[in-house]
Amino acid sequence: MKAVVTVIGRDTVGILAKVASVCAAHNANILDVTQSVLSEMFTMIMVLDISGLNSSFADLHDALDRLGGEIGMKILTMHEDIFNSMHRI
Amino acid sequence: MFNATDILETIRMIDQENLDVRTITMGISLLSCADRDITRACSLVYDKICRLAERLVPVGEEIERTYGIPIINKRISVTPVSMLAAVSGGDPVLYAKTLDRAAKAVGVNFVGGYSALVQKGFAAGERELIASIPEALSSTERVCCSVNVGSTKAGINMDAVGLMGEAILASARATADQNCMGAAKIVVFCNAPEDNPFMAGAFHGVGEPDCEINVGVSGPGAVRSALAKCPDGDLTEVSDVIKKTAFKITRMGQLVGTEASKRLGVPFGIVDLSLAPTPAVGDSVAHIIEEMGIEVCGAHGTTAALALLNDAVKKGGVMASSHVGGLSGAFIPVSEDAGMIDAARSGDLSVEKLEAMTAVCSVGLDMIVIPGSTSAATISAIIADEAAIGMVNSKTTAVRVIPAIGRKAGEELEFGGLFGSGPIMALHNDRSSEKFIRRGGRIPAPMQSLKN
Repeated sequence: MKAVVTVIGRDTVGILAKVASVCAAHNANILDVTQSVLSEMFTMIMVLDISGLNSSFADLHDALDRLGGEIGMKILTMHEDIFNSMHRI
Repeated sequence: MFNATDILETIRMIDQENLDVRTITMGISLLSCADRDITRACSLVYDKICRLAERLVPVGEEIERTYGIPIINKRISVTPVSMLAAVSGGDPVLYAKTLDRAAKAVGVNFVGGYSALVQKGFAAGERELIASIPEALSSTERVCCSVNVGSTKAGINMDAVGLMGEAILASARATADQNCMGAAKIVVFCNAPEDNPFMAGAFHGVGEPDCEINVGVSGPGAVRSALAKCPDGDLTEVSDVIKKTAFKITRMGQLVGTEASKRLGVPFGIVDLSLAPTPAVGDSVAHIIEEMGIEVCGAHGTTAALALLNDAVKKGGVMASSHVGGLSGAFIPVSEDAGMIDAARSGDLSVEKLEAMTAVCSVGLDMIVIPGSTSAATISAIIADEAAIGMVNSKTTAVRVIPAIGRKAGEELEFGGLFGSGPIMALHNDRSSEKFIRRGGRIPAPMQSLKN
């Protein structure tokens, strides 16, 4: 089971590290990271393996959402099925 | 694996283009609650709704968090209450109050099914229920009412049409201090679908299972924004763009519906393939029509543009869902659509044009505020016209008009929330249809051959 975390906002130091440490705290394994910075707008897409989570999906979602609030970025945590449904037949 | 473009497209659709699941509606059969003692029947109704729908709202919220999709409404539809009233007799308003209490207990914002199906005539309990509508809606907050007055197979019950004109006017009067809100919760149908998840017309038909989950999707903003990327394409391309977008939107609805059904342990019913606007900027069906090249919704060409849109939404959605039902199509509720509100305000969109538009799209004359001086017979005549369009064209049509008591054309009525606000629209003229309505009887069912 996978989740996709998308981080969007102004580029600052240490975004990846902060997001990764929340993932590690919930035992979510990072499978893939892509990021781009376009005129100071930072977009990072991270794919997590969430089959071994030590908490509920909602807890991980809320923790990343809180982190987003703290660092002034938008962090969206979504189950992979939404993308599979919408973009694959 | 995952494609960044696809991920960002989904996020943009949700975040900037107001894509959402408009409603998860749990359909609950109340047939098992029928009892000759109305107090006992009400208590069975309350218990059954609270038992089955107890987890509806929390499960909806869980799914929102899992997939990052807003689910705007969680609602309940029930068996037409006239059937319970037929068994118990007594004052049907007691059922309305019970439904209201149950809706509040489980936290849903509306419960639909204060309804009667009278297309061919009145059975026990149905006249009583229609007579009680103004009191039922003015003494409850969350109860919605619908009455089916016609069908392609049965014709139109003009006695019921006459009664509904009066019921709408009386409901508006009874709620005049709340912006005539009572009338906004009444839908008069022809060919009513039995699995519709959208309010105010949702009820749980007798052919449906004991309990099921139906989902209504939305997404006019996403369609408009996809079309904006195809500014010079011909209408074949426009149709293809809409189909592709509708496919994605509906797949999302299908995912949410199946997941809700799994988590609640209730069978999945249907996805209603709809484009349901909200008053929010960028979430308007009128703006899609304008994006296609009509200067203002209501100008000549609007009906053709809407026909294309409606058809493409269905074609794109059908393949995306295992079961499709409900109203399925583009909605055109005037007070709930920013573009329609503007067009009505500027006088570009008239009630006559809206009537023509209802011949090619989902539902009918929806959320139209009319002058408070409109007579019951004229409201009945509006219902009869609309029902005739549905009956002859084998489609669902409906009327939800709100007489603005004490106000006249050009003024505004503010409902707030999803109901929006409406400029009061002038009717074609104030000539009387009184005698036609007073004749009553039934308009016979139309020919199904010799189509022209």
